[in-house]
Amino acid sequence: MRFMMLMIPKGYESAAAGTLPDVKAIEAMRKYNEALGKAGVLLALDGLHPPSMGARVSFPGGKPKVTDGPFTEAKEVLGGYWVIDVKSKEEAIEWAKRCPGSENETIEIRQVMEISDFPADVQEAVAKDEERQDEERQREALSKS
Amino acid sequence: MAAADIHRTIEAVWRIESARLIAGLARMVRDVGLAEELAQDALVTALEKWPESGVPDNPGAWLTATAKRRAIDHLRRGKMLDRKHEEIGRELEESQASAADDVEAALDNPIEDDLLRLVFIACHPVLSREARVALTLRLLGGLTTDEIARAFLVGEPTIAQRIVRAKRTLAEAQVPFEVPRREELQARLASVLEVIYLIFNEGYAATAGDDWMRPELCADALRLGRIVAELLPREPEVHGLVALMEIQASRAAARTGPGGAPILLLDQDRTRWDQLLIRRGLAALARAEALGGAFGPYALQAAIAACHARARTADETDWRRISALYAALGEVTPSPIVELNRAVAVAMAFGPAAGLELVDRLNAEPTLAEYHLLPAVRGDLLFKLGRLDEARAEFERAAELTRNARERDLLLQRAAACAADPAPA
Repeated sequence: MRFMMLMIPKGYESAAAGTLPDVKAIEAMRKYNEALGKAGVLLALDGLHPPSMGARVSFPGGKPKVTDGPFTEAKEVLGGYWVIDVKSKEEAIEWAKRCPGSENETIEIRQVMEISDFPADVQEAVAKDEERQDEERQREALSKS
Repeated sequence: MAAADIHRTIEAVWRIESARLIAGLARMVRDVGLAEELAQDALVTALEKWPESGVPDNPGAWLTATAKRRAIDHLRRGKMLDRKHEEIGRELEESQASAADDVEAALDNPIEDDLLRLVFIACHPVLSREARVALTLRLLGGLTTDEIARAFLVGEPTIAQRIVRAKRTLAEAQVPFEVPRREELQARLASVLEVIYLIFNEGYAATAGDDWMRPELCADALRLGRIVAELLPREPEVHGLVALMEIQASRAAARTGPGGAPILLLDQDRTRWDQLLIRRGLAALARAEALGGAFGPYALQAAIAACHARARTADETDWRRISALYAALGEVTPSPIVELNRAVAVAMAFGPAAGLELVDRLNAEPTLAEYHLLPAVRGDLLFKLGRLDEARAEFERAAELTRNARERDLLLQRAAACAADPAPA
């Protein structure tokens, strides 16, 4: 099972552009990441620059609307994530508990959706749609040749 | 927390901690079987106590401390004297007083080396292949006997017995708890990699309706491979094997249709291939090659898998490169199966006639006499060359040889098509 561990640092929503974690925190986190790697469960990880350097695209009335960071109204924002491959949600929780998190940090654990999680009829519909797209591509290729 | 939740939490803690726990204990008591029993004792204690007391804040440390106490008790009772041969017994007697400190040190120090020792001992050549697989999953994968049994479609007593016997064999052969010496390392490592790949392939062979523990073996093998790659970062073939497994696992969602029917590589919907695993596989392959291991058997197989992974569509496959890689693989590990695969790649790269030439050389190969894919491939190439009567005979022969009903239907359809279609392009 694949899980994302989403790091949510309180206060990051208003952090200045260019804010980076301090050396001590980086060192502790590096050790933790190493432990995840040595256990063979770590698939990917990234730290994210503060939202003040990002943007949000929302869809009021179905139309895209861009808001530049920081997002003053946001209560929680992401600071980074890990993708891990484990046997159960409990195992993901156990790994999250081992993180050297600080007072202001929360880790949210979310399972990654897989095609096999969907009911058979949805899977079949997706497969048929893909087949149709394949045929279209082939027709297109034929008309070009 | 409900009892069932606590149980699952204990399982999770066990999965994370057990290998290191057993490794640390094994160094102390110099007996892998005993170390495993001591660790199991700690697990049983947790199963008894945690549902009442709640899960401790640091469950890993709790398990370690509990196992540590058991180990010290054990050493103090001097049971070791009965179990182990005299020399170790004497040594232990002398160090009895400091036994507690030693256990402390063994479990608190970085135990990467202990883990590596455990890897090599679980895959020791004194054990049968089956025993190595079971012991590796048990000691390093943290699987229960029941889980292993379900994954391999055998009864639980069979696996339990296999593990007991394996531990006894190790004890009787007085296999030391150590990383093999330099001159032995390559051969011993080959055994470790073989065991991991056997586990992976067992999971890969799972079909719809099998117990869900079975496909899980792929995940177990991947995890073991990644662990060994971290323990032996300078060994190219470990990265080669990890690359091969990551890339093969990336196709898991595309390998079967909604009804469970297998889909061949070239017919798979590549949008379903897992790009994260492909990236990881390509990175591991690059690492193997950078370490000078481009011509290791696993690295070569990974390089072939990588050719498919890099092609956005089946038509974009670099068949010339694949045929060259199969030729290289045939040099390192000569085998008629590799040669047959090379023939297919050559046919794709240079036309059916060139492929057929290679296939015809395999006709006299005794190990392929009953192998249905030989006539199936030959039939396909003959069909493409317009030699329909010969092609039909080959498809019919292949249909006779295969044990898979679905495959047989497909082959008979192809045989019938040879009669119906007078002039293929």
